[in-house]
Amino acid sequence: MAEAHPVGFRWVMKAKERGAKIIHVDPHYSRTSAVSDLYLPIRAGSDIALLGGLIHHIIETDSYFKEYVVNYTNAATIINEKFQDTEDLAGFFSGFDPETGTYDRSTWMYEGGEVAAAAGQREHSTQAFSDRTGAGMMTGNVRSDPTLQDPRCVFQLLKKHYSRYTPEMVEQICGIPRESFLELAESLIANSGRERTTMLTYAVGWTQHSTGVQMIRAGAIVQLLLGNVGRPGGGVMAMRGHASIQGSSDIPTLYELLPGYLPMPRASEEDTTLEGYIESGGSARGWWSHFDNYAVSLLKAWFGDAATKENGYGFAWLPKISGNHSHFPTMLRAMDGGLDGLFVMGQNPAVGSMHAGLQRRALGHLKWLVVRDLAEIESANFWKDSPEVRSGETSPEQIGTEVFLMPAASHVEKEGHFTNTQRLLQWRDKALEPPGDARSELHFVHHLAKRILPRYAESEEGKDWPLRHLKWDYPEHGEHAEPSAEAVLKEIGGYDVASGKALSGFADLKADGSTACGCWIYSGCFADEVNQPRRRNPGDVNDPEGGSVSPEWGWAWPANRRILYNRASADPEGKPWSERKKYIWWDEAEQKWTGYDVPDFPVDKKPGYRADDDAEGMDAISGDDPFIMMADGRAWLYSPSGLLDGPFPTHYEPFESPVDNVLYPKVGGNPTALTWKREDNPLNVAADPRYPVVASTFRLTEHHTAGPMSRNLPWLAELQPEMFAEIDPELAAERGIEDGGWMTVMTERGEIEARAKVTYRVAPLRMGDRTVHQISMPWHWGTFKTSEQGVTGDSLNDISALSGDPNTSIEDKTFSCDVRAGRRDRESTARLAGREAHEHARPGHEDHGAEVPDKLSQTTQSDHSQPGPQS
Amino acid sequence: MSAAASEVAIKREGAQRMGFFTDTTVCIGCKACEVACKQWNDLPADGSVFRKGGSYDHTGSLSAATWRHVRFVETVAPTPSRQEAARKALAEGGGGNVPRIPAAGYQLPSTEALAGAAGGVTDSEMVDLVAVAEQGDVTGMETLDRWVFMSDVCKHCTNAGCLDACPTGALVRTEFETVIVQPDICNGCGYCIPSCPFGVIDRDPYDGRAAKCTLCYDRLEDGLEPACAKACPTDSIQFGPWEELVKTAKGRVVELHERGFENAYIYGVDDHPDDQLAGNLGAFFLLTEPPERFGLPAHAESPIQENGPPATAAGLLSGALALAGAVASVVVAHRRAGRR
Repeated sequence: MAEAHPVGFRWVMKAKERGAKIIHVDPHYSRTSAVSDLYLPIRAGSDIALLGGLIHHIIETDSYFKEYVVNYTNAATIINEKFQDTEDLAGFFSGFDPETGTYDRSTWMYEGGEVAAAAGQREHSTQAFSDRTGAGMMTGNVRSDPTLQDPRCVFQLLKKHYSRYTPEMVEQICGIPRESFLELAESLIANSGRERTTMLTYAVGWTQHSTGVQMIRAGAIVQLLLGNVGRPGGGVMAMRGHASIQGSSDIPTLYELLPGYLPMPRASEEDTTLEGYIESGGSARGWWSHFDNYAVSLLKAWFGDAATKENGYGFAWLPKISGNHSHFPTMLRAMDGGLDGLFVMGQNPAVGSMHAGLQRRALGHLKWLVVRDLAEIESANFWKDSPEVRSGETSPEQIGTEVFLMPAASHVEKEGHFTNTQRLLQWRDKALEPPGDARSELHFVHHLAKRILPRYAESEEGKDWPLRHLKWDYPEHGEHAEPSAEAVLKEIGGYDVASGKALSGFADLKADGSTACGCWIYSGCFADEVNQPRRRNPGDVNDPEGGSVSPEWGWAWPANRRILYNRASADPEGKPWSERKKYIWWDEAEQKWTGYDVPDFPVDKKPGYRADDDAEGMDAISGDDPFIMMADGRAWLYSPSGLLDGPFPTHYEPFESPVDNVLYPKVGGNPTALTWKREDNPLNVAADPRYPVVASTFRLTEHHTAGPMSRNLPWLAELQPEMFAEIDPELAAERGIEDGGWMTVMTERGEIEARAKVTYRVAPLRMGDRTVHQISMPWHWGTFKTSEQGVTGDSLNDISALSGDPNTSIEDKTFSCDVRAGRRDRESTARLAGREAHEHARPGHEDHGAEVPDKLSQTTQSDHSQPGPQS
Repeated sequence: MSAAASEVAIKREGAQRMGFFTDTTVCIGCKACEVACKQWNDLPADGSVFRKGGSYDHTGSLSAATWRHVRFVETVAPTPSRQEAARKALAEGGGGNVPRIPAAGYQLPSTEALAGAAGGVTDSEMVDLVAVAEQGDVTGMETLDRWVFMSDVCKHCTNAGCLDACPTGALVRTEFETVIVQPDICNGCGYCIPSCPFGVIDRDPYDGRAAKCTLCYDRLEDGLEPACAKACPTDSIQFGPWEELVKTAKGRVVELHERGFENAYIYGVDDHPDDQLAGNLGAFFLLTEPPERFGLPAHAESPIQENGPPATAAGLLSGALALAGAVASVVVAHRRAGRR
């Protein structure tokens, strides 16, 4: 965090000064490690073993926060008899289908609980939101055992599931010495409970694994057992990879979501009508019972007067998804000639995306490509200067892609808001005019729409209905006709259709077409016609009565609420767990919830309210069920639905790992992980002796993401001038690699060269009787620069593989490799040349199998039949 | 402890001594100070090389175009055999500092190898044999002990060697008792460079004139804090009236001692004249490591203060000028000229 979020880390340092203990777990010893009280090196990708070890230790030593766990989590809930654990099935949960590499999750259900019929039909990696939240699940008849003794209750299953995750096992899998592990565990326990809370912070390092979602789940389970969720100083905080990443999933750039986490309608029976969509996406119980209000208001925001009750508000004409259309499958499709054009805005796949050599080759198969950026980045000039062009594998004459490079305004040259960590919307004004023809994204998209929409005015085709009826009337200002970002924000925040007045929050939203709202969770961000994210009043931050909340600093969704599920900051009776950690409580005299923040609970629902078995909507949430987005009002230690790879996180090896899975030798890697087994995406076989070194990636303070913004700035370029790899002295000595000298890193995808940073900050991992070396590399370098004093270097992603977490399709940045002294012999991905089996037979525009990933089950470590590197 | 009143060349009602207190215990090594300084002062990137043994430091040292510089020091706990080797080297007459080998092996590098090491070897990369032999507490081998960062800057000394040596009056003391170079007066003679006991001031390779930190004199005139302090996310760099900063620093040391960090101390300010560095530093530091580890001298004084009558005293006692020797009289005469 000190490395990648130094400004945010200010507050960690302040906390440290006030006595907080800072613990850092990371394969790479970074600037964060240097200032932490305790640093634990870990073998990249073994996080679930460590977190499982913590869960085991917390339960084993009886250190969990009992009142919290019994009342606020599903620990007491009984799971149906058909469920079988990985401990029973040697690494698989019940319901695994080896043919498809997916689970039939019906056996994971609560006993007596039912799920909406659609749940079992979710397509791979495209599960709808209802499935993620547990909305759609009927929980009326579930049984529970508050004594936590029933062998089928979640708590007992959890205990059994992690029974082998002992400190010794943690040492053997993660390379973390037993004493360090125990110090970590005892620190967490000592700093949790009624009086204290512990915060867990992670960044993209956690998401970028074939088990990424489950790692974060495991962290959440630890936090729930310790009672650290919904309380001040607690939680699981996601540090974002760059500005407004949170915003780009709230109002998504993700293919499977609509704004506010409404599912993208799918090409299936139930999503052909608005009613069907609402039924499959909504829930009879809990907060998602309001789903229809949000969906209809979104359609009203898009289509205005054209959206009527009679035409289902235009829902039927929305495009529908038919499979995994995420980044990787889309690029593979481009590779196979199935994609005409691509907009690359604020991204640099030629450097920043996994298996960048493949990404660049895929770009070369497009007809046209629009790149909007501050500079001519690698993704815009791949056709004339890339490792592939340099090696002679291809040439500008052979690449037919027409590239349009559009200059973009930087963040100080445009207005708008960012949504960052903690869901905080912060507005920024424009500080100066962008140079030359550079324009904001908003300007670009707005004027593109204004040029495109008239071309569809006469169309009578159904698919063009959304274009013909899109409400696109944003006011413009200035000599370049810049659209008003505030007008967009107001639409996002919602307004009353008749009066045009801004709404005060999502409680105002209706399903009758009288309200419009671009993103229901942001509703109220323009309340009282005021740009709420623009507020800059910190208040009296030293006020012991909640001064640290600063509710008038920016605006947080939902409802300007700073801590989600904050009902959990009070005990079941509604009293603060302790005076020290007081946050939200039940005011008996006023008969309402009150406190320092906006209560995340129906404000007048008494703590003693008990939901009837047949209650629906929010009435089904009892007064001591803080997790109101879940159908049962409880935080889930066990996920009966929503995840594709198991109700409990389980240790699987990264699919490229030099070591065997000691817990589940027959399984190895995540059996549901996504890999794309193709000639041009070769993988290092698990436990392949040719690739004995673990590699992971990291970021430097001095550079930003794929580098164009920092590598071309002389002041930053001089601070970290060259691509390097951090390597321990033992491995360096073994391979004759010298500090400051050149080294080459090899995988099946290719090889890159880097300066060697031989340092004791990296230590070999002692894992039982085995020693494993790991190296770590930043990924900020690429082949092109736009300034004389800019710097270039090999791109780390030239050697990483396309793969994905089954839930998110996010890549795995832990892989195996080998290293040698000296520079590479050829261009970085030259060994892929000639592997393009699809080149000779472009299938044109037909749909074909590119977006259907292969299953890891076909390439587990017991199956070493994968093609070697000799081709 | 302030500079002599007569030395202040720029008068301003109500101005007081301003300084930096750089607390290395909260530095996260982000280099924001280094970049903010270059941006505000419009200094060019002066080039860098990937430095052998340099940790994350590739700019190397303070220079004419690098007025804030963050040092990175990886300290390693030495092995018993390393300690033994140090003891043996001492017994054989070795002493002082010998260069460390950055990564592996116990051989000392040749002079040629050192000259070839990109960026050269700085003091921080030298091993104190005595310390290794006795405590095993400096750069050695085997395992990482700690990784520490320190943002270095011009010290704005009370007894400023650069100012004392400047024959043109280009170097002056401002109303904030900081020391700045007036580029339009500097003739590039370079006398200031060996006169700085900290190796701070340097000549611009392009125009030959001396350049160094001004404590953002232009910002101070407008009541703004210097760019580096403004950019520092963790308040490792604190700016303010010098007297207040000293109080803050002393309190901080006490606090750290109470928390068990008994090695915390102030570098550059001391109440006892004998223990002062250059008459106390306007920009001082809180360190938890020996100063040499960061390339800072354990003792420092303006050469003129050390080798001749104190320049400030000479300035006060004009009658003594004739006795003070040619150099001092030239210095003072020029400084007087500069003041007018």
